[in-house]
Amino acid sequence: MPVPDRFRKTHSVLPGFGLALGVSVLSLSLIVLLPLSTLFWKSSGLGWSGFWQAVSAPRVVASYKLTFGAALAAAIVNGVFGFIVTWVLVRYRFPGRRLVDALVDFPFALPTAVAGITLTTLYAPNGWLGEPLARLGVKAAFTPLGVTIALTFIGLPFVVRTLQPVLESLDPEVEEAAASLGASRLQTIARVVLPALFPAWLTGVALAFARALGEYGSVVFIAGNMPMKTEITPLLIITKLEQYDYAGATAIAVVTLVASFSMLLAINRLQTWSARLGAAE
Amino acid sequence: MRSSGVTARATREPVAVKVALTVLALGFLGLFLVVPLVAVFAQALEKGWAAYASALREPMALSAVKLTLLTAGIAVPLNLVFGVAAAWAIAKFEFPGRNALVTLIDLPFGVSPVISGMVFILLFGRQGLLGPWAQAHDLKIVFAVPGLVLATLFVTFPFVARELIPLMQAEGTEEEEAARVLGASGWQMFRRVTLPNIKWGLLYGVILCNARAMGEFGAVSVVSGHIRGKTNTLPLHVEILYNEYQFQAAFAVASVLTLLALVTLLAKTVVEWRGRREVSDVD
Repeated sequence: MPVPDRFRKTHSVLPGFGLALGVSVLSLSLIVLLPLSTLFWKSSGLGWSGFWQAVSAPRVVASYKLTFGAALAAAIVNGVFGFIVTWVLVRYRFPGRRLVDALVDFPFALPTAVAGITLTTLYAPNGWLGEPLARLGVKAAFTPLGVTIALTFIGLPFVVRTLQPVLESLDPEVEEAAASLGASRLQTIARVVLPALFPAWLTGVALAFARALGEYGSVVFIAGNMPMKTEITPLLIITKLEQYDYAGATAIAVVTLVASFSMLLAINRLQTWSARLGAAE
Repeated sequence: MRSSGVTARATREPVAVKVALTVLALGFLGLFLVVPLVAVFAQALEKGWAAYASALREPMALSAVKLTLLTAGIAVPLNLVFGVAAAWAIAKFEFPGRNALVTLIDLPFGVSPVISGMVFILLFGRQGLLGPWAQAHDLKIVFAVPGLVLATLFVTFPFVARELIPLMQAEGTEEEEAARVLGASGWQMFRRVTLPNIKWGLLYGVILCNARAMGEFGAVSVVSGHIRGKTNTLPLHVEILYNEYQFQAAFAVASVLTLLALVTLLAKTVVEWRGRREVSDVD
């Protein structure tokens, strides 16, 4: 009779389980869980009505709208261009392809403050890109458009790196089968390729969106930070902290955190769905 | 022949579409990635090499370099130890709550950098949960170096573990079990069997962890209190110079961080290539 896998592993001959688990749980508790728990401790001091007042003040709501809207717009731009970039990188061959492929991770690797001051300088009214835009009557820096540009920069690798392995592992025989059954190239892509890529694509877009919700360094320089107009939620948290309004800052932080964690939970579900879809093929 | 021609036509895009998509993709990447990359160095060298060098030799810049190296020098090794321990427990053993542990380790990825810094003020600040205790023992944590290290540890927490867990799960337990049965001690088994198998993934995790530790801005900005020469890491120094309209100096310091990012990308490419070559050697 085969020994169940689970049973065998609990009686493993491998050493170090107690030590490894102890070190992990202890450091996790001290470095992550204990500090995070202070959020709930501090915001519970406000009571429900105080909490609601802090998170629904007009200036706070204006910052949610900006942060949420710009993050969504950036995620959509990345959804479109990230798909095209991935398609070109995986399916076509051109000189310098590997260099371009490595460069996609540049926004991951670049410190956010550097991204922030660079994009601001580029898109300022006298900048390399801001000046031609200004001549067209478009103001980029210090407007919601600038916020969207910074969030697009930050989010691009999420879409490409989530989609790329799935497109690479897509079996070409499926496309050949569709073609030999008389489908045109456009039909094959619309009916065979896109449905197979959809879960991974949506996961990538959602990851980019979730990252954008909390983003600070790359946005704060280009945003302009005008209350009610171009003030992002993370900046508002810092402003409250600097005014020693710790309870108010915490309340807004809890709202931000709940939004990000709900996104991550949804992404988790998406990945399970995506994996099941992959296994079914 | 005719049928294969039809298949080729139906499984590939027309040349015009290919060219158009390639131009569109490269244009987008050029605008969003290459132009900023070039701009950092163009702005840094705007007033020539002498001004560039003097911005980097300035005492405040040097103290920022020191503090950045110190912070990463503490945070990265600690996360290395934690990451290996967590991956060992999670990948090689079954235990109740394993999936919950994986989720909790990933938590810092979902927390805004601003909140990652703020929780340490709520914990150790004057009105904080452990604030009175820290004051009674004369410990300065927030607005001081320990706070910077703690915030950096928080934001980089998942990096090493996250690289190692899937890798060590894929390796399985047979090789280590064989080493144990043949009489290897726990440490011998780890050094001779486990470590060689995971070295490239481990290196990659450390590289990513280091890049984030040196480049973190939001979290350290909140806990630093912006005390010049005392609590300024390189990214914070960039911010101060920029806000003082010393643009050229700000970009000179930023160019150092950009070089770090490029080295990180290069290391990542090399590690991936080595890792892939070793896998194909085994096969």
